Amino acid sequence: MYFGLSEEQQFFQDTIAKYLEDNVTIEAVREYAKGDNQRFADDIHQGLVELGINNLIIPEQYGGLGLDLLYAAAVSQSLGAGIAPVPYIGSYVMAPLAIILAGSMDQKTKYLNAISSHELHFGFGATEYVTSRENAGIVIDGNTASGRSLFVIDGFNASHFILTTKEGTIFIVNADDPNLEVIQLTTIDKTSEISELILSNCQIEVLEESINNTSIIERVVDIGRIMIASDSLGASQTMIDKSVDYSKERKQFGRVIGSFQAVKHMCAEMTANIQPCYSMIWYAAHCQDNIPEESRLMATHTKAHVSDVASSIAKTSTEVHGGMGFTDDLGLHYWFKRIGLNRQLLGGVEINREEAAKVQGF
Amino acid sequence: MNLDFGNEYDKFRAEVTDFCSKHKGVQLTGNLFGRYETIKRSRSSNSDGETMPLAEWQKLLIENGYFARNIPKQYGGYGGDLDIVKNVIINTEFSKAGIPSGTGGQGIDFLVPTLLEMGTEEQRQQYIKPALHLETIWCQGYSEPNAGSDLASLQTKGVLDGDEWVINGQKIWTSTAKYSQMMFCLVRTEPDEPKHKGISYLLIPMDAPGIEIRPLVDMTLDAGFNEVFFTDVRIPATNIVGKRGEGWLVANKTLVHERGSLGDPDKMITRLNLLIALMKNETMNGERVIDHPVFRDRLMKIQGKTLALKAHGLRLLSANLNKSQNVDLGIMIVKLFGTEMRYELEALAIDVMGELGTLYEESPHIRDAGSWQYAFMYYLGLIIGGGTSQIQKNIISERGLGMPKAPKIKEA
Repeated sequence: MYFGLSEEQQFFQDTIAKYLEDNVTIEAVREYAKGDNQRFADDIHQGLVELGINNLIIPEQYGGLGLDLLYAAAVSQSLGAGIAPVPYIGSYVMAPLAIILAGSMDQKTKYLNAISSHELHFGFGATEYVTSRENAGIVIDGNTASGRSLFVIDGFNASHFILTTKEGTIFIVNADDPNLEVIQLTTIDKTSEISELILSNCQIEVLEESINNTSIIERVVDIGRIMIASDSLGASQTMIDKSVDYSKERKQFGRVIGSFQAVKHMCAEMTANIQPCYSMIWYAAHCQDNIPEESRLMATHTKAHVSDVASSIAKTSTEVHGGMGFTDDLGLHYWFKRIGLNRQLLGGVEINREEAAKVQGF
Repeated sequence: MNLDFGNEYDKFRAEVTDFCSKHKGVQLTGNLFGRYETIKRSRSSNSDGETMPLAEWQKLLIENGYFARNIPKQYGGYGGDLDIVKNVIINTEFSKAGIPSGTGGQGIDFLVPTLLEMGTEEQRQQYIKPALHLETIWCQGYSEPNAGSDLASLQTKGVLDGDEWVINGQKIWTSTAKYSQMMFCLVRTEPDEPKHKGISYLLIPMDAPGIEIRPLVDMTLDAGFNEVFFTDVRIPATNIVGKRGEGWLVANKTLVHERGSLGDPDKMITRLNLLIALMKNETMNGERVIDHPVFRDRLMKIQGKTLALKAHGLRLLSANLNKSQNVDLGIMIVKLFGTEMRYELEALAIDVMGELGTLYEESPHIRDAGSWQYAFMYYLGLIIGGGTSQIQKNIISERGLGMPKAPKIKEA
């Protein structure tokens, strides 16, 4: 029995973390967030692709590394911790998964190989399958689709998109389609790419296995949820670490503030809450491939629970930093905002808990 | 990740499940520690099985290796190997079958491991077996009125007079004192040494002249605790574990164990399942509480935390089996996370019942023998006892996160 990340998984995770530590400075993130330095994000993206984030879960026969979801979750944690402004969860986890699970042989060969070789990458839109806002949604008519999808993930420079109908049919649309309008949405989190897509009779390729089979989109969404939770876990741990470090340096009343119980207890509470989140995410990822009867329950609960813990850490750790925590200079808010966006994607906490209840027949 | 224990355990699991099905529904008679035990027991098994005195059940469990498993036979244990996986299998299968596991208590949980590690051969021979077999009940004499969170400042005095210790002072929060024959006790024997180095770990017969026990009624209205007064109590000089002045060291070995044991995920899951059953049964205006979206959301919140704790338990178990895994922080948070969460769970059950949730003792309309209100209060006690949540946070931040201790201030 061995529970947790293996040495190889930890090594992979550490490699990503180290790369981000060396290359993603808070100054660069700030410039990028202002829209001044797209080159920076492209370079980081390229660097991470060289480390293998794009083909991580793609089977070896399609040029991938063929690694399991625990690897994918471990990487997601590092990306959140290092506030990486790159596509990942939509482009390199959910999209290839959808194709693996629902694509034809031709589609797998064509698209998975191309993702592996980094010739193309996908944005992913599943918001309306989970909860439709503003009555958005897409309707398929033969080989075309029309409608709107909000909060498409990882879409800024995507060559293709994978989208779903409210019924869970998954399809591919080319970003070059003249009938497709891609609108960049500006969220609080400038390190993530969120778009709105408007389709007017766009040519589409349906992933056939997903027709009348919601289990596929459910699985893809659930795995996306685990990845998002892991991204928030990483972001939260960074915020705790920064708080502890700051509290050991900052002096008031003639002593470091970390010697005050009020401050110590904030850090201890954050730690007590985050520790079980590691295990929960690992277990949820493990369930996806190994314990199918618990997989839906664990994914929905993990997204909700980790989101709640992360939100409270985002607030508390900012408070530990006092006025500095509120400034752009320190940049702590980039993690705060990433956690804030993650909390809502693929269903907020109430939506996920309601799904968890339904899974159990309540 | 590999959650299999391996085929070598299949046979063992089969033996355990066989034992469980043979004794399904067993009802234990006799009551060692008061009301909470009775309530817990009334909830944990149905009533159509055999009845058996508590102590006899205990012996049966030990004979089969389902309790005191790795305590040597010569001291009254089963004499099995130290195999944590087997312990996990026993706990899981017992809890699945709803049959009672062995009876612990302070003597078995804390004194026995202490004696095995630091006691003399004579002490082990004399004390361990009667403790395991529930012939001698032990209580723990640590806290004092002026030594709670700051336990090491305790002042109960022990002076060596010939071949006897003479003890004077007072202990408080001594659970089970009135049922106990013996106490393991921290006493200041070296008043000139620094506070942590002046304490000895003594073993005191509760029938020694000069001991007075006064029950301390807690908020559950149980006399779950006692005050114990010592006036010139004389015990043999040999009733000491470890050397003079080593008591703090000896006691701390087992405090770590106590804190880890309060967040058992299996028990939390059992309790959560009872809460779900309650929410399916209780109605408001004819509608089931579980169908009410706000209550359902609260239930799901607690369930999420429970599942996090369950996964955390697997991580701690794994670290126990695989020495390369470091979970020091993970262990430190268990008491804090576990007790706070359990309190929240019991509180939800009360809200689920609304006015009915306030019923107590033998009231008409009471649900589940009043166990929800009782446990709600009982767990507030556990948040405080065994190192308060605030002390836990000090430990996590100072030992876990390396944050500095508060500077000492001079006495005013």
